[in-house]
Amino acid sequence: MSHFFTAAVLIATVAAGIQLATPFLLAALGETMGQRSGVVNLGVDGIMLLGAFGAYFVAAKTGSLVLATAAGTGIGLVMGLITAFVSVTLKAEQGISGIGVFLFGLGLTNVLLLRLFPSPVTIQALPAVPIPLLHSIPDIGRMFFTQNWLVYLAFLLVPVLTFVLNRTTYGMKIRAVGENPAAADTVGVSVTRIRYSTVILGCALAGLAGATLLMLIGIFQEDLTNSEGFIAVALVYFGAWRPLGVMAGSLLYGIVGSVVVTWKTLGIIPASASDIAAMAPAVLTVLALVSVARRFRQPAVLGKPYERGG
Amino acid sequence: MNWLKLVHWPRGARLGDPRDLLLSWFALPAAAIVALLIGAALMLAFGTNPLTGYHAMLTGAFTGTYALTSTAVKAVPLLLVGAGICIAFRANMLNIGGEGQIAMGGLAGTATALAVPGLPAILLVPLVLLAGAAGGAIWGAIPGAFKAYFNVNEILTTIMLNLVAVQFMNYMLAGPMVAHSGYAVGGLIPQTRLLSPNSWLPTLIGGTQLHLGVLIAVLLAVAVYVLLWRTSIGFRIRSVGLSRDASRYAGMSVRRTMTLAMTLAGALSGIAGAMLVIGSISHRMVTDGTLTGFTGNAGFNGIVVALFADLQPLWTIVTSFLFAGLLVGGTSMQVVTGVPADLVTAINGLVVVLVVSVGYLRRRARARALAVVTAGPDARAAPHGARKGATA
Repeated sequence: MSHFFTAAVLIATVAAGIQLATPFLLAALGETMGQRSGVVNLGVDGIMLLGAFGAYFVAAKTGSLVLATAAGTGIGLVMGLITAFVSVTLKAEQGISGIGVFLFGLGLTNVLLLRLFPSPVTIQALPAVPIPLLHSIPDIGRMFFTQNWLVYLAFLLVPVLTFVLNRTTYGMKIRAVGENPAAADTVGVSVTRIRYSTVILGCALAGLAGATLLMLIGIFQEDLTNSEGFIAVALVYFGAWRPLGVMAGSLLYGIVGSVVVTWKTLGIIPASASDIAAMAPAVLTVLALVSVARRFRQPAVLGKPYERGG
Repeated sequence: MNWLKLVHWPRGARLGDPRDLLLSWFALPAAAIVALLIGAALMLAFGTNPLTGYHAMLTGAFTGTYALTSTAVKAVPLLLVGAGICIAFRANMLNIGGEGQIAMGGLAGTATALAVPGLPAILLVPLVLLAGAAGGAIWGAIPGAFKAYFNVNEILTTIMLNLVAVQFMNYMLAGPMVAHSGYAVGGLIPQTRLLSPNSWLPTLIGGTQLHLGVLIAVLLAVAVYVLLWRTSIGFRIRSVGLSRDASRYAGMSVRRTMTLAMTLAGALSGIAGAMLVIGSISHRMVTDGTLTGFTGNAGFNGIVVALFADLQPLWTIVTSFLFAGLLVGGTSMQVVTGVPADLVTAINGLVVVLVVSVGYLRRRARARALAVVTAGPDARAAPHGARKGATA
């Protein structure tokens, strides 16, 4: 234990935890937008897988991480269009259609991986971009301001989306559509258009989250996400549908994950108990869900398609 | 969950509009055909002739005794999970936890077989299956009770419990339950020792894998049908699924019914898990570190077969066999064409998306047909009235 509480190890653990939190954060922020407008997208995990694979393919073929990021986001965007069509226009049962998207993403990425990459290719990691001045603050600088630009983007989205949701007309429409679509419809807000926009945005962020995860790991493997997309959906509940809460949950998840890795490396957790330790985040999530369900109210029409006069 | 309401065509409803007739009868097959066509497009994209691929799939799954028995054995977990999904979804409990429930059932069953290996087969096999049912039931009851009593989203808790189950399985098979015999690089193989032959599911036809589990699964599916449509418990389950408020008003114990539906669904998945161990060729429980490695994705594919059967347990017998054929045939397709068998997982995902997508169209068609019954043909002119008539 003594090795753990040294400045160097603690700083490295927190810095790694922030990186691990980033895919969760991006995906969960996207899901938050959709859910605030009343749409549950459970296909996040599948879309993350597809986005990650797209990014992997582009990175391996072109070597450009910028193009790879764009590919992941673009695939998310297309999946968002499909998801919105299924959930909003066809009014499908959202809890189930998302599972279908997950299976589709899981199966398709495995097929593509086996077909297109007979031998594994590793891609380079995203370079850290030190923020001028801030990065030279002792310790703090190395934890928070020597990260890659996707980390900055994800955390910058927290205040941006909070502002959008609470202080803009668009945000007001999103909340109206998620709380009382009939009323929103009556005053001329297009429920369909708002929901399409939030779902597409959410899925694009899920695709980006997949690309981010890929660059964190450096290689695509079967079921790369390991249910991270589902956890991201749970984090939206955990964060009580607020970007700041979602950020707190993502950080908790990322840092717990990072601490477990460090403890394993340092031998604080014996190898035989590592499976038990790995249960902690999921158990934590279930308990958090119970506590949140008792204290916060979800968007009124979450998961219910809107039908005029229905 | 309105799309569930579609399942029973109202008695006396006549389908005036041929489009409604088409939707009511052909929407589900059409969904499958579209999914298979997209699969064909993917094969084409890989430079494979889809006809060759699907031909290999069909012959691999349904031609000859070996293929048919393999498919039947593969269908067992799908059918059991699917029958459980029929119960849970009809209570409007979206159970995505089949994977974890299978694993917990497998562990409980295996532990039982390891604990009392000397028991005669006539006692041990049922005992192992019951233990499996209990293991799965607990793993279903937890999210069920959380939903019923604390209003916690059951989709999320079931998924989280899948993650807990896989770690628990890995821990148990590498630790307390490990066999101190099989060595691999880096230590013991995470698996139990060979189970007592008394716990093995007896085979029905010598020389094939076809085991007693196939019969048990079919009987259980029939039992689920009887439960849902011939008992008051089943009536409560369906009633709670259609309207919790109305059921509460009618004096039913809604919370207990919700928990019960999830418990039963978990129990059926748990039995599937036990059968995956005592009906396997290796007759031991082994993990490759993933849930899929043990379940073969049956927890998710069970949802596919149940949805495709329109949540009818008897139809689930048929659809589980068909989808098992897809899985068994997928391997043959991979051998013949080189297209990875995971294509089947992708096709299954498409089937789910398409089935729930046509649900709304089918619902509308039914509403129109019902309106003809309740309000006469004139109602067709007023779609709003028609929809209200359907939900009343």
